[in-house]
Amino acid sequence: MSESALQPARVALVGNPNTGKTALFNALTGSRQKVANYAGVTVERKEGFITTAAGRSLSILDLPGTYSLRARSPDEAVTRDAVLGRLAGEAEPDVVVAVADATNLRLVLRLILELKAVGRPMVLALNMYDIAQRQGLRIDLEGLQRELGCPIVTTVATRKRGIAELTAKVDELVATGAISTTNVWHEPSAAEIRGAHREAQRILKAYVRPPEHPDTFTGKVDAVLLHPVAGLAILFALLFVMFQAVFAWATPLMDGIDAAFLWLGAAVGQALPDGLIKDFISDGVIAGVGSVLVFLPQILILFFFIILLEDFGYMARAAFLMDRIMGGAGLHGRAFIPLLSSFACAIPGIMAARVIDQKRDRMTTILVAPLMTCSARIPVYTLIISAFIPNETVGPGLNLQGLVMFGLYAAGILSALAVSFVIRKVFWRGAVEPFLMELPTYKLPSVESVFRNLLLRAQIFLNRAGRIILPLMVAVWVLSTFPGPPPGATEPAIDYSFAGMIGQAIQPLFAPIGFNWQMVVALIPGFAAREVAVAALGTVYAVGDAEANVGALGARLAQHWSLATGLSFLAWYIFAPQCAATLGVVKRETNSWAWTGVMFAYMTTLAYLASFTVYHLAVALGGG
Amino acid sequence: MFRSMHEMLAGQAVDAELTQLSQARPGDRGVIVDVRADHAGGHGVDVHELERRLLEFGFVEGAAFEIIHQGLIGADPIAVRLDDMRVALRRRDAEDVWVRLDPK
Repeated sequence: MSESALQPARVALVGNPNTGKTALFNALTGSRQKVANYAGVTVERKEGFITTAAGRSLSILDLPGTYSLRARSPDEAVTRDAVLGRLAGEAEPDVVVAVADATNLRLVLRLILELKAVGRPMVLALNMYDIAQRQGLRIDLEGLQRELGCPIVTTVATRKRGIAELTAKVDELVATGAISTTNVWHEPSAAEIRGAHREAQRILKAYVRPPEHPDTFTGKVDAVLLHPVAGLAILFALLFVMFQAVFAWATPLMDGIDAAFLWLGAAVGQALPDGLIKDFISDGVIAGVGSVLVFLPQILILFFFIILLEDFGYMARAAFLMDRIMGGAGLHGRAFIPLLSSFACAIPGIMAARVIDQKRDRMTTILVAPLMTCSARIPVYTLIISAFIPNETVGPGLNLQGLVMFGLYAAGILSALAVSFVIRKVFWRGAVEPFLMELPTYKLPSVESVFRNLLLRAQIFLNRAGRIILPLMVAVWVLSTFPGPPPGATEPAIDYSFAGMIGQAIQPLFAPIGFNWQMVVALIPGFAAREVAVAALGTVYAVGDAEANVGALGARLAQHWSLATGLSFLAWYIFAPQCAATLGVVKRETNSWAWTGVMFAYMTTLAYLASFTVYHLAVALGGG
Repeated sequence: MFRSMHEMLAGQAVDAELTQLSQARPGDRGVIVDVRADHAGGHGVDVHELERRLLEFGFVEGAAFEIIHQGLIGADPIAVRLDDMRVALRRRDAEDVWVRLDPK
């Protein structure tokens, strides 16, 4: 075909979850990947491009894992629609690559039978073939190939084995113009699923000899990790280590980034003549970029743990252990993963809520995810704590500042549990979705795949942060620079600026919770990203480079704010929906402004009530 | 039909040996005899949807199983070894799976 030279042939990877499908995608495409979203939904669309040995270009699509084309979640719906060619703006695949874990063929055989009904040319990749061989599992490849009517390639994606053979096989199918048969797929009924199971069972019996040394490692590890008491203890110990890492390991890196940007700002300051341009470059742009990059270490460390545990197969165990505990508050066991991610940032957390099949459970998780203390709150908490909470020891190993930080985290978690309990009672009236989840075989994570995934998370964060935070920093700079002070002005320049005017105008709304107009000014840019509030406070209080100079800004705040105001500000930040990007993601994930509105309203109400209570309590106790 | 297998197995004596998967304890082994969509209510999806999901995860007549773990609170959820894979589910969703336990 002549057009094949112009248009890459479309290849779709389909398989059960935990079959190493993404590892195979990485092995196939290397770094030539593109991540976007499918039109209209926020399911990640991962596409890679390769050129086969025969010189043909292929576009490889990594579709979300599924057990059936009968989709139960938005991710699985994308897989179904992509395979059927029903996705808006996407043609149907020229070749389907069914990816199977060679050691666990039963369920994927049923999926393959469904894919056969769709009728696209297909190749079966038997992945993790090395493990199957080690276990002494014998597969009659010839026979299976005949039976299924599609070529089979054995692969070890983590070691890049079988990759060339796979692309050659795909190339061959495209080259010979393998013809699709008529699509006869329809949603299988219960009776048809039973029939397909019998068929899969017959095929297994005929062509696969069970392993001589079945995997006993997973069983032994589970005896410990799924132990009702020891398992939970290990889970909590693991969480503790994760938080230690996020706080302790990230600090030197964050200090390094701060120092680098301070140096850069100073260097540029010396190179440029005094004036607006210099101020804009060093205070607006460089400080803005620095305030984005400074969060990268924490996000990378948290995602490092999440990806590692996910690849090892532990995340499903964590969901198992947490299911009943979360269930008490009306949350699904799987909500554990999105909520844990929300400690880094609610945005990946809300997006991770896609792993929950059922709409109600997913909605509840999305609505409470922003209550988890995300890393963007840390600079705000750190600033206020350092300014108002004495750094003293209150018991063996207990520091008062650390205790307050712990309290803020606990307040976030407890309020999330309370809110989800209420949502379940009010909106869902107690109905609970089924909880069915495969506990995958434990596997050693591949270093390359972990780092590739980590790189992807970094890109997504920088992309989001760069697009939202950086322009905002520039906007804040503009708002707080213009118009300039009149000649002979005595107050700080910002008092005369647009930011000052806005802050003073809406400050009466915030007076009952003890906020002054400078704080209200900081809340405006802080609405785009919580951490921006620190830089904005630095600007309104004329403390240069507040991100790196928390001590100086803290001292300034301690002069200008009462203790009650400081505590009220902390309480506000536990609950307030101070993040436009989160609201945007909620809109996209729920596809509903109503749910986004519900979230905004309930969080703002909680924030106002909490700040009001804290402020007046503190004033009554003498903190005014 | 396959799904009413236990009915074909002639009567009360056999039925009496059947138990719900939701009643099984860790260490219990056996064979799944019937997956029925007749336990109405409380699943959040209709019973036929629950039946199809159970089937898709391999809870199908004839499959061998063993209960390997259970949760701390209320002995829930349970982890079941199903042929060569492991699946976790809540006891309330396991009520529709009827099994014959191996003698101990």
